[in-house]
Amino acid sequence: TLNPKPCSLGYEYEALEPHFDAETMKLHHLRHHAAYLTTLNNALSALRGAEETKHLAKMGVDKLLQNLDSVPEPYKTQVRNGGGGFVNHALFWSILAPNGTKLSADSGLEKQIEKEFGSFDTFVQTFKDQAVKVFGSGWAWLSVAKESGALVISKTANQDTPAMETALIPILGLDVWEHAYYLKYQNKRADYIDAFFNIVNWEEVSRRYEEALKKKDEL
Amino acid sequence: YNHALFFSILTTPPAEPTGPSGPLAQAIIASFGSFDKMKTAFDKAAATRFGSGWAWLGADVDGKLHISSTPNQDNPLMDGIAGVAMIPFLGLDVWEHAYYLNYQNRRAEYIAAFWNVVNWPKVSEYYEEYAAKGKPVVMDLATEAPTQSKAQLKRGGSASLGWIGQI
Repeated sequence: TLNPKPCSLGYEYEALEPHFDAETMKLHHLRHHAAYLTTLNNALSALRGAEETKHLAKMGVDKLLQNLDSVPEPYKTQVRNGGGGFVNHALFWSILAPNGTKLSADSGLEKQIEKEFGSFDTFVQTFKDQAVKVFGSGWAWLSVAKESGALVISKTANQDTPAMETALIPILGLDVWEHAYYLKYQNKRADYIDAFFNIVNWEEVSRRYEEALKKKDEL
Repeated sequence: YNHALFFSILTTPPAEPTGPSGPLAQAIIASFGSFDKMKTAFDKAAATRFGSGWAWLGADVDGKLHISSTPNQDNPLMDGIAGVAMIPFLGLDVWEHAYYLNYQNRRAEYIAAFWNVVNWPKVSEYYEEYAAKGKPVVMDLATEAPTQSKAQLKRGGSASLGWIGQI
């Protein structure tokens, strides 16, 4: 089969305690993330099954998310929601780690953060403000602008992603759908956002930053 | 407004199952064919609302009943909301906060459970006194933040879940 497969987290469900609880991690991975993948794969299978849409199924989900207008309904909505959900959560798990990892002081990312925000703390505060302001379901993001290498903090609704724009490459995302925090934090989203910053895998975010810079000359 | 309406159309499950009253029951049959068909359409709207939002049963300007869903805290009374312009008189919150503690991701179970706690006499009153007359249902919106439910105030007890005090 040519469809994307479920991925493992890379750490145990309990490994992000006490910041992210094990039960939420299990539900989040095995129910929510898995359901997005099923929706995406059903759409891809359907697209593959018709002559006029076969080429869309070969594009790969990342490219497809940048070309949603070429996808006929109902598959367009399924790809946007399921495909977006699938890639967003895959990125999310990859930028988390038990107790987090450090952002090296001489990394390109640390230097760029200092350059654009003045300090790492100011960056964190700006990101937290964005994440708390997402109304309804959605995500907060740190992305790299391909052309300039600049860092962009943004938010999206539902399972939309900055990756839908060819100009942006997300390197860190925070899920603020209520399913991401309700069991442990209930409505206290700010506490959940604070907890997130204890478990960010900055080494991975930094690696994604360097990868994004290499894509500058890609179309 | 949405939550005020929502809480007012819920009640402890009655000993005998109830249903919509005469005029509302007739309107449901006229618009959907049967109560079950209305329920199926409503359940679908509630299940397929992606992300946060609400499902609604309402009456249009000609008195015909419709079902729709809206994102976030939108409401069919708002101007320019896509879909049918109608006066909602029954709503179901499908934000995850409405069901996550008890149902987690199983929204369909929550939707099924909702029908056990609908206050049909209230919904029927809303239809007859407001929606069928082309008037939005008037909610008595308190200016103070909600603290305890009226039932809890009557019992004189404090909220049973410790964390409520942190809201």
